[in-house]
Amino acid sequence: MKSRASLPYALVVLLALAALPLVGSLPTWATLTVAGLAMGMIVFIIASGLTLVFGLMDVLNFGHGVFIAFGAFVAMSVLAPLGAWTESASLAANLGAIGLAMLAAMAVAAAIGVVFERLIVRPVYGNHLKQILITMGGMIIGEELIKVIWGPQQIPLPLPAALRGAYLVGDAAIEKYRLLAVVVGLAVFVALLFVLERTKIGLLIRAGVQDREMVESLGYRIRRLFVGVFVAGSALAGLGGVMWGLYQQSVVPQMGAQVNILIFIVIIIGGLGSTTGCFVGALLVGLMANYTGFLAPKVALFSNILLMMAILLWRPQGLFPVARR
Amino acid sequence: MIRTLLSGDYPRSRFAAAILIAIVLALLLVPFVFPGARSLSVAAKVLVFVLLVASYDLLLGYTGIVSFAHTMFFGIGAYGVAIASTRMGPGWDAIAVGLVLALALSALIAFAIGLFSLRVKAIFFAMITLAVAAAFQTLASQLSEFTGGEDGLSFKVPEVLQPSFELFEDTVLGASIDGRFLTYYLLFFSVLALFLVLLRIVNSPFGRVLQAIRENDFRAEAIGYRTVVFRTVSTVLGALFATLAGALLAIWLRYNGPDTSLSFEIMLDILLIVVIGGMGTMYGAVIGSAIFVLAQSYLQDLMRFVSGALEPVPIAAALFSPDRWLLWLGLLFVLSVYYFPTGIVGRLRARAIARTTR
Repeated sequence: MKSRASLPYALVVLLALAALPLVGSLPTWATLTVAGLAMGMIVFIIASGLTLVFGLMDVLNFGHGVFIAFGAFVAMSVLAPLGAWTESASLAANLGAIGLAMLAAMAVAAAIGVVFERLIVRPVYGNHLKQILITMGGMIIGEELIKVIWGPQQIPLPLPAALRGAYLVGDAAIEKYRLLAVVVGLAVFVALLFVLERTKIGLLIRAGVQDREMVESLGYRIRRLFVGVFVAGSALAGLGGVMWGLYQQSVVPQMGAQVNILIFIVIIIGGLGSTTGCFVGALLVGLMANYTGFLAPKVALFSNILLMMAILLWRPQGLFPVARR
Repeated sequence: MIRTLLSGDYPRSRFAAAILIAIVLALLLVPFVFPGARSLSVAAKVLVFVLLVASYDLLLGYTGIVSFAHTMFFGIGAYGVAIASTRMGPGWDAIAVGLVLALALSALIAFAIGLFSLRVKAIFFAMITLAVAAAFQTLASQLSEFTGGEDGLSFKVPEVLQPSFELFEDTVLGASIDGRFLTYYLLFFSVLALFLVLLRIVNSPFGRVLQAIRENDFRAEAIGYRTVVFRTVSTVLGALFATLAGALLAIWLRYNGPDTSLSFEIMLDILLIVVIGGMGTMYGAVIGSAIFVLAQSYLQDLMRFVSGALEPVPIAAALFSPDRWLLWLGLLFVLSVYYFPTGIVGRLRARAIARTTR
């Protein structure tokens, strides 16, 4: 049983190892692997909130991309006047600026999450059809509001000075920003696992995923818990939006809709509602995108879909199926 | 005879029936009453949308599945005709070959998606179709030697349908019987016939099973219907009709590109029309499309006027800028899902029932 459960983790390693002979050179492979892991980490940060919300409350939020886009745009607005900090060569000043941008983005995304939950999601609990339609509507409105506030054009979002460029480890070039992404992603993953596995709130969330009515009958207000998870998920999406915007080095109002497709694939691969599955799925998607991008650029555009189909053929419920009511 | 034509499914509201008759008459008489290039293309757009939205209603309104890949099938139909006509030269044979290949491809893809995702969980379907449609759009713009890439394909239609073709020298009742005129009526009668076929499908025993699945899939399965099979067949049927709508659009425009048939905005338009017209009514597609396409032209004019009047107020002017019309459609969409879930036709039917029982 134990070995079966750990199989999906091995998949990440297997994918990386399988790519090695195909790529051919070790330094290139190392560069690609780090890039893939970094992309996976960012995607994980974005998708984690979505999968939690789905697992806990059976709500599929098609508007999740809005929080990502708002996060990225707020970060852009915060970083723009902090030019002195982002252009200084000191890493501390750079990280300070990014940290501020992240805090602002998370705060704004959380605030939008509160409104979104109250106005858009709450009236349609338990009705998948209406949820899909109405959160999609919320997504359109959010994207248009971004265009009203910031304009419809693409805006550059340059990396701070000290995070540009790459370290050379042997012959392998490791981009600095990607290292930061791996660190932030791991921190979020560990923090999420800690909260879910080691705290009372996490226990309640996990119990709620398994059996909502039972938790309610024990006297806990699962609705309040859910609002908390939704807002936390929105804030994570805001954080992920900042990371994604810096990764792309530009922000565009449609970015929410673009990332939406990616994170849907990730949570389907991982198993809807599973945090670990989301993590593994995101890493797989990130690695796959970078390897195929190097080996066969045309295929790379469809690598995610192919990966999803392969995984679903193997495990129709995703890598880590969540027990459902 | 009307009973047979409509498959016994009447509008069931005197007001709705009046609107429907008015729309059908208007569409029938447009070339005579408003003989202008612009009014004719607006009417043609309404026709294509009627078929496209009705085929989507088969999925969303009757079977209760949300698909985001409907424009993909629409695009396959349009590209089928466009590519075949470019490669083989203008002619009916090119249109036929393109259409048959497009229908086969659509059926295959719809079948694959259906088997893949409807087997697991209905909610998968929405996400997977979203992903597949996005991939297809990328594919269409990548295969540029085949599809014309972002520029799309301009092609020639059979001679009878070309604008320069004149059947008679003189005008008949104020309308010149040229290629555009013939194309318009080709569209009109194709859409009319296909719409009646769709009406036949949803009122057949098969259609009843679809509605049973929509209401309670568990119970339908328990009675002995394989819901996966019915859902998949419904998906394939919806895809085929969307493909036909796409082919008609391509014939009308004599052009096809990613933005005209594949873009996600068309998908949003379809969703909006289905919800506003009335899910699960078929007639909602007609009324919704007519209102929507008219509003699309005139709402933007109105917004341009309001935005101009609000010029001194910075944010308000941006809110009402004609480029932001999707914002207002989105709001309208959310509000109609809340307060207007049965749409125009559903609301009119409820009113008619309330009147007779009083």
